[in-house]
Amino acid sequence: MTLLTVDSLDKTFDVHAMGDQRVVGLDGVSFTVAEGDFLAVVGESGSGKSSLLKCLYRTYEPDAGSITYHPTGDDLATCGDRTVMALRADEIGYASQFLDEIPRVPAVDVVARPLQEQGLAAEDAREQARELLGALDLPAQLWDAYPATFSGGERQRVNLAQAIAPKPRLLLLDEPTSALDPETRAAAIDLLATYLDEDTTVVGVFHNRDVVEQVADSVLELADAERVRHVSVAEYVGEVVA
Amino acid sequence: MTLLEADGLETIYGDPCGNCTAHTGDRAGTNQCPECGSVVACSDVSLDVESGEVLGIVGESGSGKSSVAELLALEASGDGHVDGEVSLDGHDGNLLDADYQTRHEIRTDEIGLVHQHIRDGLDLSFTGGGNVAEKLLAAGWRHFGDVRERVKELYAATEVPVERLDDPTDTYSGGMQRRVQIARALATDPEVIVLDEPTTGLDVSVQARVLDTFRQVQREQNVAAVVVSHDLSVVRLLADRTIVMRHGEVIETGLTDRIMEDPQEAYTQTLINSVI
Repeated sequence: MTLLTVDSLDKTFDVHAMGDQRVVGLDGVSFTVAEGDFLAVVGESGSGKSSLLKCLYRTYEPDAGSITYHPTGDDLATCGDRTVMALRADEIGYASQFLDEIPRVPAVDVVARPLQEQGLAAEDAREQARELLGALDLPAQLWDAYPATFSGGERQRVNLAQAIAPKPRLLLLDEPTSALDPETRAAAIDLLATYLDEDTTVVGVFHNRDVVEQVADSVLELADAERVRHVSVAEYVGEVVA
Repeated sequence: MTLLEADGLETIYGDPCGNCTAHTGDRAGTNQCPECGSVVACSDVSLDVESGEVLGIVGESGSGKSSVAELLALEASGDGHVDGEVSLDGHDGNLLDADYQTRHEIRTDEIGLVHQHIRDGLDLSFTGGGNVAEKLLAAGWRHFGDVRERVKELYAATEVPVERLDDPTDTYSGGMQRRVQIARALATDPEVIVLDEPTTGLDVSVQARVLDTFRQVQREQNVAAVVVSHDLSVVRLLADRTIVMRHGEVIETGLTDRIMEDPQEAYTQTLINSVI
């Protein structure tokens, strides 16, 4: 079953301060994602990877093309803001590279909040949050501290834990392991594999080739805002060896 | 479900000549009518808020945000020429035209306003608890024990120390006064509350605490809110959707993260890029 069909997606930015200059973010990008699939989006910096993810989450408003989310039939490129809000609450999760949270909320509560919003009792949600933070090797003494004071890698782990906690049907990850050292990255990859099951489909932007090899089922490569290819991870990895 | 809806809101101060709105606004680059000198505080502002939703209104000083907030909270000052329509689920007709008694009841029971200036919202010579209790008494609460119990509950929810309940409000810190205002606005379980510049005059550390408290209470009680602020980070933290105003007009509307990361209008781009 197909979960997501992206068809001829265009995104340009009109930068008024630069004499109405147009910057192309995405140019006619098409692909599909199967249910339960883990799609890695790869490409050089500036190739459009994050723009693609932000269009899927509607943080960016696409200019043309469609994004069909099959479970509800909505076109994420054009549906109303209220529909986007409802889908974000129930179906679609997103983790940016950087934690963006209200100050003065302890790490454990940052992670527990989406679980509580799903209806879990406060203490159960916290318990699950602690398990996730523990699985990501975040030192226990930090769980009740405020992430504002954390290092980049520590914040990124809180961010990742918060995003995967509610097991959304579609999870968008924007370089979720970019600030992690190799050991912690391995723990994060492990957790993605064990905590998430076939009910979660992932579209993730990754820079690290090893990570792609370990987590992805298929790979979408972008260059200069365009799709280069969409291949299985075996084919992607195979070419490197050859 | 649409809870609060506004259509074509307009407030003009002065002696309008009839052409004021045509000669002002974003395109004209001013909100003062060149013909008669009247000031168009807001013009043609339409918006709607669903139950449990938080709507942000951003814009620079003088963009008309507070005028819109006053109209939505049915607390227009009375000096301006007002036009447009405000409707609230469960009530027929335009509430801007409703009689004094109806507006008073709605302000007491269903729409709470947290004023930008604390002195407009609280009587600082009263005790903190008295300020909150006053709202309950206006709503018809009569039993002293019940009122006191409810005020304590609200103090706990907004993290104001309960032991300060009987102290005069002018002995409270700025952050505590703001939280007492929020407690007062929430006292009668309104459907929607309007916050006008909720962090004005507060230290950064206190701002975070007030916003966090508000967000927690807002989610727990699922009360809808309209948050007016010149501070984009306030709106970014609280609002689901955001309206950008300039020279009295709405120039852009959208999901808050979309407004912040993919602003379409030139002015919104300037506003976003001006954040220090």
